[in-house]
Amino acid sequence: MHRAFALVALLAAIAFPLVMQALDQVYYVTMASRILIYALAATSLNLVLGYGGMISFGHAAFVGAGAYTASVMIVEGLPSAWIGWPLAMAVSGLLALAIGAISLRTRGVYFIMITLAFAQMIYYLTISMKAYGGDEGLSLTQRSTLGFGLDLKDDLTFYYIVLAILVSAVYLISRLVNARFGRAIQAIRENETRMEAIGYPTFRFKLTTFAIAGALGGLAGALLANQNNYVSPGILHWPESGWLMIMVILGGVGHLYGGIVGAVGLLGLKQLLENYKIGWLAAMYPNYQQHSELAVGVFLLAVVLYAPQGIAGLFARRSKKHG
Amino acid sequence: MAENLLRIESLHKRFGGIVATDGVTLEVERGEVHALIGPNGAGKTTLIAQISGSLAPDAGRIVFNGADITSLPQHARVTAGLARSYQITSIFKRFSVEQNLALAVQARSGSSFGFWRPVASETALEDEARAIASQVGLAERVNAIAGSLAHAEQRSLEVGLALATNPKLLLLDEPMAGLGPDESQRMIALIHHLRESVSVLLVEHDMDAVFQLADRISVLVSGAIIATGTSGEIRANEEVRRAYLGDEITG
Amino acid sequence: MSLTLILEQSLNGLQFGLMLFLLAAGLTLVFGIMDMINLAHGSLYMVGAFLAATLVQATGSFTLGVLLSIPATAVVGMLLEVSVLRTLYARDHLSQVLATFALILIINEVVRMIWGSDMPLSAPAALSGPVQLLPGMPYSAYRLLIIGVGLAVAVLLYFVVAKTRIGMLVRAGASNREMALAMGVDIKKLFTLVFGFGAGLCAIAGALLAPIFAVQVGMGENILILAFVVIVIGGIGSIRGALVGSILVGMVDTMGRAFMPAILREVLTPTFASAAGPALASILIYVLMAGVLFWRPQGLFPARG
Repeated sequence: MHRAFALVALLAAIAFPLVMQALDQVYYVTMASRILIYALAATSLNLVLGYGGMISFGHAAFVGAGAYTASVMIVEGLPSAWIGWPLAMAVSGLLALAIGAISLRTRGVYFIMITLAFAQMIYYLTISMKAYGGDEGLSLTQRSTLGFGLDLKDDLTFYYIVLAILVSAVYLISRLVNARFGRAIQAIRENETRMEAIGYPTFRFKLTTFAIAGALGGLAGALLANQNNYVSPGILHWPESGWLMIMVILGGVGHLYGGIVGAVGLLGLKQLLENYKIGWLAAMYPNYQQHSELAVGVFLLAVVLYAPQGIAGLFARRSKKHG
Repeated sequence: MAENLLRIESLHKRFGGIVATDGVTLEVERGEVHALIGPNGAGKTTLIAQISGSLAPDAGRIVFNGADITSLPQHARVTAGLARSYQITSIFKRFSVEQNLALAVQARSGSSFGFWRPVASETALEDEARAIASQVGLAERVNAIAGSLAHAEQRSLEVGLALATNPKLLLLDEPMAGLGPDESQRMIALIHHLRESVSVLLVEHDMDAVFQLADRISVLVSGAIIATGTSGEIRANEEVRRAYLGDEITG
Repeated sequence: MSLTLILEQSLNGLQFGLMLFLLAAGLTLVFGIMDMINLAHGSLYMVGAFLAATLVQATGSFTLGVLLSIPATAVVGMLLEVSVLRTLYARDHLSQVLATFALILIINEVVRMIWGSDMPLSAPAALSGPVQLLPGMPYSAYRLLIIGVGLAVAVLLYFVVAKTRIGMLVRAGASNREMALAMGVDIKKLFTLVFGFGAGLCAIAGALLAPIFAVQVGMGENILILAFVVIVIGGIGSIRGALVGSILVGMVDTMGRAFMPAILREVLTPTFASAAGPALASILIYVLMAGVLFWRPQGLFPARG
């Protein structure tokens, strides 16, 4: 049932830019690219948070590390995406390996705090990197280059590349979660003590998951830097990690499409609130659109209190009832 | 040469002011069912935790199958053939019985760092899991979700998980916990059947089971072993009767 | 790097640390007793500052305004607890993180709607001048006030927690909630009280720090992280740990920012030092936290055994 829905969504996603182009509303394609990139970031966090059960509150550090790596490559005269993007993944992945090696030695709330702290460390580090903009950020004069006649400056081309990467990532994750490794980490999430007791070196599994998620987050970061033609320490600030977590929870923790559903839902909601005036609301509170985060906050609170499985989880529960 | 399978030498463990393990020395021989009994709070579970590797002792040595495993992490001890079951059921509630057991089988059959091939396609894992399910009496329930099993069935799965690691020595921590008389008899029959292939260190309160199964019994009181011997010897031991058994054996 | 400068920065560190303590104390109690991660704690600090700014303007008196903001913020805190936070005690940490994150968004926007993005609050004229602590060493009178208030509250807290019956209940709850419940403590009322008390402490910190850091929406987010670092270092549930932790963090952060660039310039090339100096200074407390967690994962003074 999920697969049918996903297929329809994919077809819609493929058709979307062409429709927008026909309607002469290409701006929406840029918006959609941004949503897809966050979907990738949220999906990477879902691996750690949803499937792995590790409440990492510092995922923005990996997204940011990837964004900065890709940006630095462009600025230093090596704009090829074939170098910059894998390098972004490598840098984030190694960073995740280092941070995870220390953080995963702690449990519960200490783990949450220490991941948060490490992310803050990286945040302050980027602010101090005066050579690459410091706290004012770094503007990119161009996007990464792909060759093969594909110009990432073209919004449609960029969109399709992002979509292709997202679909590939989701596919690879789907293989991973159903393979031995995926079975193991989900079992670790379920009962880590027993997994140790039946012979699994659980630390190794958690660390690997953490590193993979970090690398994937770094890829999202590289795409984000390209999308904005800009990178700044702001994407590493701790509320950014919070937003990513919100997307995962909203979309459904531990569900394959949870990250996508969450990103589309949250960012879509924000866009809706900011760009479409609701007549009667505007009559009462003329400036209501400046306070869109209030509505997001209320919505999020409601989701946490009343639908803890997130949106995708609601669907999962329903399909289980139908057998 | 009936070299002992497990030898614990002067194990010590304290928590703040409380001495949980007070110089315990214990041996389990190959092929035996060795029962560990003692009053509540004697430190039996703490001892099991140290033997299985989830708790580090303050002092002492643990030798298993001729090798010093004192500083070996828990998962490595399992690989070496030492597995435990838990007094408070610790299974994978959201997985099926078959998936529970398959996890343990998977751990010892090749690397679990496989990222591509679906586990569901590995029929060998499934077959072995089903075989173990049959062994512990859960053949009818292989596809049931573990969390939906009745308490007695969960206790069987509990033992099954430890068994599925293909151990040389099973540490069973109160497998009878919460079982009624019929269910207990079935568990006793299961353990009796297991002794053909596996040695057992059995922690139990159910004296019926202990006297039916045990080759030897060790008595743990306040963190120290006060007596080790056959069931006859233990029943007759004055100190044991005073400290623990009391009226239980006369009744 | 004169002695005067070192002394001055030490006092600044002490001052900042004591204010951090006010936040950390409330946070560690909520965490220790209710086992709840409350990201919105920083929002109470912000609300306290805004209320103080408003009340100071309304009454025309700094002292009165700040004093009134304490019970006002405590009420806000208790209302929050009774309405939303109470339902989170039973939930897992992730849900708590997200729900309180949502509260941050909501409270930020509500404050913005009521007051706008910022408000002025300046130190009282009587304290705006310097005081000669030692010959040749002037120090801000206002900062001395902060230190004084901070120390007074610390002593008061010690007295309440260690010597009164309520304090005993709180300590019992922090070290073993189930036991406290079993002993018949009215947990619900205790929780609400503790929460309101924590909110009141936030108000003191928010109001007193406002002339130094400015009253603006979002001021809670940055100090919240520091408060969490403090309680992780000090040990969750421990007031003593919160005090030691906050002084430590306050000192390390302040001294680090003041002297790290200078220290580095002695050993590294000027360009490198000017780049690495600020960076190292800002990550110093996180390195400290990582170090403490590595050697004593439960913190310096864990409340639970």
